[in-house]
Amino acid sequence: MKKITIDPITRLEGHGKIEIFLDENGAVANSYFQVPELRGFEKFSEGRMADDMPQITERICGVCPEAHHVASTKTLDALYHVEPTPTAKKLRELLYSAFYVTDHTTHFYILGGPDFVMGPDAPVAERNIIGVIGKVGLELGGAVINARMRNHHVIELIGGRGIHPVFGLPGGVSKSLSEEERKEIEEIAKDSVEFGKLSLKVFDDIVLKNKEYVDMIVSDAYTHKTYYMGMVDENNKVNYYEGKVRVVDPEGKEFAKFAPAEYLDHIAEHVEPWSYIKFPFLKKVGWKGFVDGKDSGVFRVAPLARLNAADGMSTPLAQEHYERFYDTLGGKPVHHTLAMHWARLIELLNAAEHMLELSRDPEITSTDIRNIPDKTPDEGVGIVEAPRGTLIHHYITDEKGVIKKANLIVATVNNGAAVNMSIGKAAKAVIQPGKEITEGILNRVEMAWRPYDLCLACASHDLSGPSPVPIYVYDSKKNLVNKLSSN
Amino acid sequence: MAKIKLALYWASSCGGCEIAQLQIGEKLLKLIEVADIVFWPVAIDVKYKDVEAMPEKSIDVCLFNGAIRTSEQEHMAKMLRDKSKTMISYGACANYGGIPGLGNLYNREMIFNRAYLETQSTDNEKGVTPQTSIDVPEGNLSLPEFFDTVRSLPQTVDVDYIIPGCPPEEKTTWLALEALIQNKLPPKGSIISHNVKAVCDDCPRTKNEKKVKKFYRPFEIEPDQEVCLLEQGILCAGVATAGGCGAMCLKANMPCTGCYGPVKGVTDQGAHFLSAVASIIDSTDPEEIASIIDDIADPAGTFYRYSLPDSLLRRAKVS
Repeated sequence: MKKITIDPITRLEGHGKIEIFLDENGAVANSYFQVPELRGFEKFSEGRMADDMPQITERICGVCPEAHHVASTKTLDALYHVEPTPTAKKLRELLYSAFYVTDHTTHFYILGGPDFVMGPDAPVAERNIIGVIGKVGLELGGAVINARMRNHHVIELIGGRGIHPVFGLPGGVSKSLSEEERKEIEEIAKDSVEFGKLSLKVFDDIVLKNKEYVDMIVSDAYTHKTYYMGMVDENNKVNYYEGKVRVVDPEGKEFAKFAPAEYLDHIAEHVEPWSYIKFPFLKKVGWKGFVDGKDSGVFRVAPLARLNAADGMSTPLAQEHYERFYDTLGGKPVHHTLAMHWARLIELLNAAEHMLELSRDPEITSTDIRNIPDKTPDEGVGIVEAPRGTLIHHYITDEKGVIKKANLIVATVNNGAAVNMSIGKAAKAVIQPGKEITEGILNRVEMAWRPYDLCLACASHDLSGPSPVPIYVYDSKKNLVNKLSSN
Repeated sequence: MAKIKLALYWASSCGGCEIAQLQIGEKLLKLIEVADIVFWPVAIDVKYKDVEAMPEKSIDVCLFNGAIRTSEQEHMAKMLRDKSKTMISYGACANYGGIPGLGNLYNREMIFNRAYLETQSTDNEKGVTPQTSIDVPEGNLSLPEFFDTVRSLPQTVDVDYIIPGCPPEEKTTWLALEALIQNKLPPKGSIISHNVKAVCDDCPRTKNEKKVKKFYRPFEIEPDQEVCLLEQGILCAGVATAGGCGAMCLKANMPCTGCYGPVKGVTDQGAHFLSAVASIIDSTDPEEIASIIDDIADPAGTFYRYSLPDSLLRRAKVS
């Protein structure tokens, strides 16, 4: 059979490849999404000190180190049987909210968004952030850069470093927040709320008002009816930092709700010989292959899944958008993969609103940031919602805290089976016998994985290549900071 | 003047180096004024076949991050070396092996067994593991070979410069890029950083005589925020690690873990750190010394956190 290879897939973090097999008529017979890399963290974590794990495991992903750092720190709380102080918990959540704002911003404007803003068939040279800035306007372009940079600064203020933070300890954090730092963060949070509102308006103007795009979002080529997983608080509202993991079935009914320590009752991982990543599935449904529906254990995580698995958002503005999302797309659950871009922006606004609440919390500057553990470590599980989905850390140690066994189920991996299915379905729809296979066609295949944001790198200042438009950078007071043009 | 042709690539790494390159912020605009980026999978849709088609030495500078863990990464390192006039090793993984280099405490079989057969959540009765060549109903698929041993970039190809850090801090990255833009790169083989002496040089904490009777984990005590952590019994790699980072971890009340690599003139960072620690133990009684050292339960991960593949040890002997 003829084989089409897309290698590497691009505008992502990490390595990936797509192989598409065509039958003798030129129709798609099957396709495979392969991850050609493994590093082996689960093995070489053995022998390490558990309290080094927040800094070791964040090197799984330099785009979302905050997610691993915080998941690992929460695992240490469980392992050492210690509760963080209220201020420590709020500082972790404040860092985490700022992280969500930067991370979701990057995905929409740099990685996934260009396909919509510029159009799926736009020339390669324009289908990137430069093209996006040209189209959405220079003021918004500056706002994008600011949102990324300033929230990274918040991460550094709280976590010690902007990439690979160091502040996580069992029972707390290593550094308190000064009043001066708090004020600065409050200002950034206010601007982030405005930026979140603005981004939803951009989505409205560019995507929702364009019938062709809306038709594409709701088309069968980009739709799979699966289970959905996401963490919720006690009111079943989306929560990124803590709570129970809730699973809904393809009809939207609650299928399971479990505490982190119970994850092994619910999730198992399937192995294929053709990829270095495993394929998680719902244990109580079982692995039935790369198929959707109620009888298949394939589930999805990340923004769309989180909204589907919850009853709403924890903050008022995000809740309004949540309601509009389901009103527009025909009720819950929404199965359209491309709607994940919209769900991501609703979460961005939610995270910014939460960040603002936390920055005004009277406890946030307290110096009571650590409870020193006094119990013997044994076993712990910690779960957070990474931007790309449910992230699970599980450590078993000896009495000195040396890791004996570590198990890690990483957000993107949870979507592994669904990503493979999404690519296959899109390929079958867009590659047709007798029709020339153009770069734009292959990009429409890549559009099937981009909504999942495959733990993929953030490129906020991706101004690479020859610039078709001049780029103006403004500071928060709208003063021109810099101008770039290709001439 | 013709624009500088710049390629950026990642091997066995986390993507933090890509983010670090972006964190130079608006200075990136200055870079783009003088440089065209010809390959950067994170951001532009240029594929491997496009790079293969580029003539030898047609790329001026390649910033390569990540260690060499698979045959594909080795192939890309060699190809980009051939295509590039200047090869820069960027970040701890490329320079010394980095965190993925801790994989050298085990071998391929042990790593595969853990990942694909043993973990508590794995459901794999048939014992399937990834293969380099796989027949599927529609044809054949391939995966790169996973090597037994992780190597650094300088152990794989000839490298012109080293930029340290996990990831390199913004100012370190800019120091190198500015030198590149101004065509003022230092002699081949240089480490490009603000300070190649120890992190202690950058650290604001007061330093007194170091005499340690007991080592502590950072979570076990609330350390004095003004005083050297090593003096307080917290294992801080700052004494054996090149500075230039600004001692950021120390300012966040956490010890240095060694990500900027060895100080100038030292080949084995771990041995240097170990000897520094040995010299501060406050005892002459062999039994007491043994008991103090016993507090260090993970010497390999402590002393060689980022540098095992590039050390004199290179890897653990495993059977």
